[in-house]
Amino acid sequence: MSGRKGYIARVSGPVVTVKGLEDVKMGEVVYVGEEELIGEVVRISSDFFIAQVYEDTSGVRPKEPVVATGKLLVAELGPGLMSRTFDGIQRPLRDIRELIGDFVQRGVKVSALPRNKKWHFKPTVGKGAKVEEGDIVGEVAETPLITHKVMVPPGIKGRISWISEGDFTVDEPIAEVEYDGRRYELKMMHEWPVRRPRPFRERLPSELPLVIGQRVIDTFFPVAKGGAAAIPGGFGTGKTVTLHKIAMYSDSQIVIYIGCGERGNEIAEMLMEFPQLVDPRSDRPIIERSIVIANTSNMPVSAREASIYMGVTMAEYYRDMGYDVTLIADSTSRWAEALREIAGRLGEMPVERGFPAYLPDKIAEFYERAGRIKTLGRPEREGSVTILGAVSPPGGDFNEPVTIHTLRFVGAMWALDTELAYRRHFPAINWLRSFSQYADTVERWWTRNVSKDFPQYRRRALRLLTIASEIEAIASVVGEGALPDDQRLILLVSEILKEGFLRQVALSGEDVFCIPRKQYLLLKMIIDFFDKAYELITKRVSVDEITKVPEIFEMMRVKEDERGIKAVEDLYRRTMKKLDELAQKYGIIYSG
Amino acid sequence: MGSDVWYFDSEILTRYPGKIYRQVKELRGNLLVIDGVEDSAYDEVVYIYSRDGRERAGRVLETKIGEAIVQVLGEREGLETDILVKFTGSTFKIPVSEDIVGRIFNGRFEPIDGLPPVVSGDWREITGAPINPVAREYPHDFIQTGISVIDGMFSLVRGQKLPIFSVSGLPHNIVAAQLARQATVRGEGEEFAVVFAGVGLRSTEANFFIEQFRETGAIERMVAILNLADDPAVERLMTPRIAMTVAEYLAFDLEMHVLVIMSDMTNYCEALREISTARGEIPGRLGYPGYMYSDLASIYERAGIIKGKRGSITLFPILTMPGGDLRHPIPDLTGYITEGQIFLSQELHTRGIYPPVNVLPSLSRLMKAGIGRGKTREDHRYVADQLYDAYSRGVKARDLARIIGEVGLSERMRRFLKFADEFEKVFVNQNPEENRPIEETLDRAWQALATLPEEELVRIPREMIEKYHPKYRG
Repeated sequence: MSGRKGYIARVSGPVVTVKGLEDVKMGEVVYVGEEELIGEVVRISSDFFIAQVYEDTSGVRPKEPVVATGKLLVAELGPGLMSRTFDGIQRPLRDIRELIGDFVQRGVKVSALPRNKKWHFKPTVGKGAKVEEGDIVGEVAETPLITHKVMVPPGIKGRISWISEGDFTVDEPIAEVEYDGRRYELKMMHEWPVRRPRPFRERLPSELPLVIGQRVIDTFFPVAKGGAAAIPGGFGTGKTVTLHKIAMYSDSQIVIYIGCGERGNEIAEMLMEFPQLVDPRSDRPIIERSIVIANTSNMPVSAREASIYMGVTMAEYYRDMGYDVTLIADSTSRWAEALREIAGRLGEMPVERGFPAYLPDKIAEFYERAGRIKTLGRPEREGSVTILGAVSPPGGDFNEPVTIHTLRFVGAMWALDTELAYRRHFPAINWLRSFSQYADTVERWWTRNVSKDFPQYRRRALRLLTIASEIEAIASVVGEGALPDDQRLILLVSEILKEGFLRQVALSGEDVFCIPRKQYLLLKMIIDFFDKAYELITKRVSVDEITKVPEIFEMMRVKEDERGIKAVEDLYRRTMKKLDELAQKYGIIYSG
Repeated sequence: MGSDVWYFDSEILTRYPGKIYRQVKELRGNLLVIDGVEDSAYDEVVYIYSRDGRERAGRVLETKIGEAIVQVLGEREGLETDILVKFTGSTFKIPVSEDIVGRIFNGRFEPIDGLPPVVSGDWREITGAPINPVAREYPHDFIQTGISVIDGMFSLVRGQKLPIFSVSGLPHNIVAAQLARQATVRGEGEEFAVVFAGVGLRSTEANFFIEQFRETGAIERMVAILNLADDPAVERLMTPRIAMTVAEYLAFDLEMHVLVIMSDMTNYCEALREISTARGEIPGRLGYPGYMYSDLASIYERAGIIKGKRGSITLFPILTMPGGDLRHPIPDLTGYITEGQIFLSQELHTRGIYPPVNVLPSLSRLMKAGIGRGKTREDHRYVADQLYDAYSRGVKARDLARIIGEVGLSERMRRFLKFADEFEKVFVNQNPEENRPIEETLDRAWQALATLPEEELVRIPREMIEKYHPKYRG
């Protein structure tokens, strides 16, 4: 394959025209110029082809050589991915730093999986076993948290003619499969073209919630394991902070975080925190179950385009082992802009706001790679890829192509709100504009694991917030003082909901992760308070009297109390008692 | 031919090595199409010599076998098709050495302070290379600016990039100069070196900065790169890149802590749009090119700290928002790249408040790492949160009072309204010469918060209230 050589005819930014090289295929990887910059074939004509180059092309000249590799853009899959940091084309960034220093220079070639590291391979099938694609043949302890399952790669089947336990590098054979007289050496690694979804047996419905620990998401706008959610918001509304929280605290077994065209310091923050932060469920640092792909905004644009596919391919690979994987893409808008830039350089006809006409297809293809599935192969297992994508709409205005098309293909949206962010109400997820189609499907999990009446509290709280927003609109014209008592009570309770339930302290302490049971108890406390207070009001207790109940301020901050659930339960009792006393004072007997 | 002699007797022709071509096929705005060029490098620097005896620089925007498209830096007036173009073979580089400190350069890095050119064997490409994300140190050293509203509510840290969003006519330059003058990291005696990039500035504005630095003696630690309003617009594309290259040299070679001030980056973006249009590129929003985000990021992301190195680059781009509109592509894309923003407001300026910082849309993303116990004070974060919350309610009350009158407000809202007034008066407002330590800033914050009943301070833990609330401090 090697040795097929052509030469550069034209250079314009990352787009390079090549002549003198026939029979290349779309998506084939080429090495461009004297420095062998990595590129991919994106257009083919009878006497030339065009490659997009993943590195800066300054200084590259016409007539320099171009070598075709015969390979598509692939991800290396095998032990050694976990807990590491890669760029958009899967080059390990720490190795690059060791090799060439603090700045990423172009032309560096480092393979994704270390070739000299030995892993201890333990077979789980014996000699003579019949295997086919997807079958697990052995295991490697990749990190203390993740057992790497070595699988028969797609397209291979037969009988194991030998398999051995021991310490191997990723490209040493660990077994051999024989079929029809042909022999195939199994290694711990294989390659997969990143733009092609990995095969599976069948899709399964997504019924389990991804528990994130953020009340506004888990309770009101949940995402199911295997679902897809988008988080659009203008700058400063907290997309990245929210996604970082999910990466750190959600109950996913594996997190793959793609920093796509975003800030370098944010990646630095993650890389600083992940090794320190201990996952309470396993008592191990979360870096042991995480992979970071960092293609920051100043790194080459075309590698930004590739980074998304690189990430989702790795996610599918671990899904195939039977893991629940969360893939976070921050931000898909930068990816779409990379598509736009390359399309522009290729002279493609733009449609909306300069984006190419195939933008919706690309977005759909990406989110369709989410899902809960039954894998190929034995033993039978299920895995999932949940995709969470940040969207950065220009001017914070959701009426733009990337947001619009994304919302067509995701099951949940967490709409970030500038007004809330200005008030430092975080997460600044607007409860009126967000939606989740998974709310109904994951409800069963809540009723079974938390409480039967959870759905009813959830719906009532949402309704109360909706009504409150209408009343607020009126109040902003006539003033709160002019409203009837029942409406003022709704405003008061919505205030408690916002401060005591929706707003969550992101930095540290008790409130950084709220367990489902506590979410439910907080909600129950506030809604039960409303019901009781409402009844008092209808029986002519004034709302001012209720506002004076000192427990109201406690309801707003009990979420932070380090005693956790106990504190909520205690406050619940005291608040109800206070209202009962009030009822007694006015000689009221409850109807319910 | 006698008329051809003009270029041969010029010594400048031999100043740089390289191939020389004569004749251009087409002149289009600032672009030259040159025929017969076999293999010029993408982004290569060229020098252009015209009959009027002037030298202009340019760079290759597109290259193919037999043709190069060159962008001319410098004035295009006087260009004709019969000119000489010399291809230097390399991309744009500047010489760096310790001697650049204290100097003033133009947008091509030629000295304009009357002193001799910089001599150095160390030439750096102005485009720079991205810092490897794993080599970055997460910024965490609090910079005290002595400006309460900044230190208290959006504290900045060394290695951060924090733009000032302003409108023409507001005192953003005075704020920037105050920042540069007063910024210190507490506990360290070391002063910041300043790299100042004037991008399309009027000469009075540029002189204001230079004078400020001269008065305080800061000029000894300053490098200024000035592209003035009457300098060629295309050089604006290079000015910030030269500034960042200088900053990287000072920070990562000479181990200095560097503050970079760029004013006005709106002019940079206008120049970018101009060039993009001349090239016939597909425009994005409002005609700005679709790659403006990546282009700005390639400048701003050069700020930061590298693990194991002593220096740092902290960046303050200043930009005027066209029409005062935060959603305009320039502030919008900037906000997506930078780590927060300081937003100046016409309304506060009109009311005589300095610095006229509109607190609500302003933000520092890196604040949390730089404040708290041992860094500023333990109550800092809670106080800042509470100020935001209370002030946003106060502003809402003020808006409402305009419609229904103050009497129509509930008692609670009136209290927030009073708080907002007090906050602006004792906390935000200060003198451009006034340098407040962080303790004073926080105490002033408490003074404003004390106008509210204690139970309204829901974002501050009980024990902090008891320790710092004026009521308990006697």
